[in-house]
Amino acid sequence: MSRVPHSTGRTGAGLAALVILVAALWMGAAIGETSIPFSTVAQTIANRLWNAGYPLEPIDEGIVWSYRLSRAVIAAACGAALALSGVVLQSLLRNPLADPYLLGISAGASTGAVSVAILGVGAGYLTLPLGAFIGAVVAFALVSLLALKAGRGTAAIILAGVAGSQLFNALTSFIVTKAATAEQARGIMFWLLGNLSGVRWPDAWLAVPAALVGLVVCIWHARALDAFTFGSESAAALGISVRRTYFVLVGIAAMMTAVMVSIVGSIGFVGLVIPHAARLIVGVRHGVLLPASALIGAVFMILADILSRTIIPGQVLPIGVITALVGAPAFALILAQRRERA
Amino acid sequence: MILSASQVSWSAGGTEILRDITLAVEAGEFLGIIGPNGSGKTSLMALLSGIRKPRSGEVMLDGAPIGSLGRRAVAQRLALVEQQAETGERITARQAVEIGRTPYLGPLTPWSAEDDRIVDAALANVDMAHLAGRTWHTLSGGERQRLHIARALAQQPDILLLDEPTNHLDIGHQISLLDLVQRQELTVVAALHDLNHAAMYCDRIAVMQSGRLAALGRPRDVLSVELIRDVFGVDAEIELDEGGLCHLRFLTQRSQGRVKAVRPALRSALGS
Repeated sequence: MSRVPHSTGRTGAGLAALVILVAALWMGAAIGETSIPFSTVAQTIANRLWNAGYPLEPIDEGIVWSYRLSRAVIAAACGAALALSGVVLQSLLRNPLADPYLLGISAGASTGAVSVAILGVGAGYLTLPLGAFIGAVVAFALVSLLALKAGRGTAAIILAGVAGSQLFNALTSFIVTKAATAEQARGIMFWLLGNLSGVRWPDAWLAVPAALVGLVVCIWHARALDAFTFGSESAAALGISVRRTYFVLVGIAAMMTAVMVSIVGSIGFVGLVIPHAARLIVGVRHGVLLPASALIGAVFMILADILSRTIIPGQVLPIGVITALVGAPAFALILAQRRERA
Repeated sequence: MILSASQVSWSAGGTEILRDITLAVEAGEFLGIIGPNGSGKTSLMALLSGIRKPRSGEVMLDGAPIGSLGRRAVAQRLALVEQQAETGERITARQAVEIGRTPYLGPLTPWSAEDDRIVDAALANVDMAHLAGRTWHTLSGGERQRLHIARALAQQPDILLLDEPTNHLDIGHQISLLDLVQRQELTVVAALHDLNHAAMYCDRIAVMQSGRLAALGRPRDVLSVELIRDVFGVDAEIELDEGGLCHLRFLTQRSQGRVKAVRPALRSALGS
């Protein structure tokens, strides 16, 4: 169980993961208020990608391609990216409650994105995702500083995260209320809850590469993350350059969070809950844990999106509501478990 | 001389922790570092392992400044067992030891049968092979400390640095752990709390006192009544046995019969 699987096993696992992901995407495209047969989904994709020329209802084809599939692809990228960020933050900070949402990184990214979108900070040089990235990094720096002053510790960084989240959420609300038009404000408030409604294919061109780059960089550092099991000094004694690893991995987590926040808003608890679920299934070695978390996160978000579209007929819930409904109880469970072990 | 410090100083937050320490570790020896709490033992271990840089002075490993060697190269020659390193991860005993192979594995190097062999040997060496599948938080303090040593051994180092390895262990586990370390035939530098253990296991002892090196030499030469009174503030009697090992007995008020003299006075003072 502790052995890293042999290359044949690894290829097999990779293939299985791909099959699961494709199946989930397929479901995302087929299930909805009007359910569309799986065969139609396949024919739509064939038409769009290879000009296969299947005769289809233009409306069905439109729903599948322009609406549901783009949504499912972005949901998958977003789930994978948030789950990876969660694994990285939990392992580096050695804190089971670390997650981009709880640490205020998402809130900082929101403030950054809103500053660019509404205040026009950066005067056209800063794009929305870049603004979000700067906000995310500033938020993480501030929260880390606060946590250091508060005496490190598991509780300290979570409390610092709470303070940071409140501060940046307040800043965001302030900017929105002061500078946005009523219509802008309504849209932004909906987006802040975490929402996939407005996403289209061009967003996927940002979300998918961000998630893939994040996945590759994280897996590249899998052994380094393993070495952090007993803390950063122990990692240093095992030959890891601790500062560089922190810099690269926190940077990549902030990048992934920022990109996702700029597209779908801040979605909570995915980064917290998915890594724990993945650990229960595949164990703690990062070589397996990272890809497993990415896959589970992707599938979870696609399913959460399907649920958000179908749970109330004629209404679409913000996906953040679904993830919080699942995530908050899981958060409570993790807290209770920690107390038992301590 | 394979590991040495020349005139190293270190300070943290404006407070000087170590001042002008010069010492050389000889190949194959067991060097003990003793001293009261806060005398700088842990900081010295951190400097010797290269995970902290001295403010001035230099630590040399095999003739090269340790800072000029890559972290990985250092970790292949020198393993550090920290004081009480803990984890909240649901890691197995074997996985805790496997981490010791980190300095030899790049991002793309596959885990090999040779790595498995080394980990198995390290587990057997510390007598933990039968518990390899247990999760970390189900193990006792003594078992965890053995696993830390096994992890260090999996690094296949020449030098083992141990920071108070026997802290919080009962006497049976303390002795068996030090026996285990001694039989490795590695160069060992260990910060130790118990002066008798230091006297029993160490070839040489370095005595730390408020960030300075107060003495360095064979236990029988270094451990004197005066030094112990000066450094630790206790009176002691020292005996040499036939094997040339020294044994310390600490003198307290009670062992010197002063307590009995005090008690009647106390009683009369209380008027009973």
